[in-house]
Amino acid sequence: MLPRSFQYFAPTTLEEATSLLREHRGDVKVLAGGMSLIPLMKLRLASPGYVVDINRVKGLDYVEESEDGKALLIGSLTRHHALESSPLVKRRVPLLSEAAGSIGDSQVRNLGTIGGALAHSDPSGDWGATILALRGELTVLGSGGERRIPIDDFLLDTFTTALDDGELITRVSVPIPPDKGSGGAYLKLERKAGDFATAGVAVQLTLDEKDEGDRCTYAGIGLTAVGPKNLRASKAEAGLVGNRLTKEAISEAASAAAEECAPTDDPLRGSAKYKREMAGLFTRRALELAAARARKQGGRVQG
Amino acid sequence: MTRIKVRVNGKESEKDVEPRLLLVHFLREVLGLTGTHVGCDTTNCGACTILLEGKSVKSCTMFAVQADGREVTTIEGMQSPGGELHPIQRAFWENHGLQCGYCTPGMVMQAAWLLSENPDPTEREIRLGISGNLCRCTGYQNIVKSIQEAAKAMRTEGKARR
Repeated sequence: MLPRSFQYFAPTTLEEATSLLREHRGDVKVLAGGMSLIPLMKLRLASPGYVVDINRVKGLDYVEESEDGKALLIGSLTRHHALESSPLVKRRVPLLSEAAGSIGDSQVRNLGTIGGALAHSDPSGDWGATILALRGELTVLGSGGERRIPIDDFLLDTFTTALDDGELITRVSVPIPPDKGSGGAYLKLERKAGDFATAGVAVQLTLDEKDEGDRCTYAGIGLTAVGPKNLRASKAEAGLVGNRLTKEAISEAASAAAEECAPTDDPLRGSAKYKREMAGLFTRRALELAAARARKQGGRVQG
Repeated sequence: MTRIKVRVNGKESEKDVEPRLLLVHFLREVLGLTGTHVGCDTTNCGACTILLEGKSVKSCTMFAVQADGREVTTIEGMQSPGGELHPIQRAFWENHGLQCGYCTPGMVMQAAWLLSENPDPTEREIRLGISGNLCRCTGYQNIVKSIQEAAKAMRTEGKARR
């Protein structure tokens, strides 16, 4: 399968890249890892006249702590594999490396990028849910300069984001959870290895140690593949924060997540009813796992 | 047409290509390296797996122009210059790691990446590591065994290479 013909650019600077995007707005696509764009082009579901390959743009592929140590800064061109294997990521925000390792297969993770996946806004994507759980934000660059967009305002709908024509994601930043008492988990149900999720959930929790160690002070829950976009389970989160993480509280939060998601029937991965049930079940399991990790020393992902 | 220069199996090739030409077709049809197979053509089966700068990628899901200035290794580049099989190839041979052989080049290239990252993988790590490579003969048992044996051989020979 060959895509339709297009004109190809491989700029080496951000200025060049954004000016090409501006010049060809409306008929241009950014090529990052290509793991979604190229299949779409081969199927001719996307046929841009111009493709701007940003892989040669310097300074978009990095993971580092912010100067104040409060955030993890991730260049938009960072590959899933780099996030899966980075010792810094595993130490500071282990949820990110767990989510990264669950994406597609090894070959896809070697090319696919976090910025590309977020810009694609596939409701079955794993990054949207994960960045929702962490309450991250995106830095985007366009002709009007740079702006920062919280993830909740960025993901608008299926394949639709707040990116304007001519804008490019340059960075994803997520707050670093406290060293002690925090834990995360990314779980998803797959029909078979490497398939898009039938339902998935990203959870990030912080537990207050002073109060016998299990009052929840932070809850982030993002859902995968059970709505028109990656969804925040707001009611589930609200029910947890300020309360003890008892079995009942976790069950209630899981039911709330199942209620507030919006899955649709699909012939491949099951009925809306089934997916809703799985969203609840996986939310419960992810909450239990994240809580167990938070309770352990340091609350970091073990093994 | 765009002019690209790609180093494939140590040999530099300079060619004019259409930007929409996929890397797998560049390898097979422009360079005549037909060891890399087209299986599903939808990023699923891994038969077209090659190494790009030492990392495994599916060459059906990459444009040849993206490989400009880069180093590519295909199954043809695995044997030594003297024609001696790579330990992974030898292990597939010795452990009957192939039936029809269609998935084999992709399996070997993915195993090369897997072992470069993790020279002593568990069986589970091998199975997860090749989850992007399908064998329609379902000969996974011996494929896993071949990769285990290759890992052993490469550790003792101390010649783990990308």
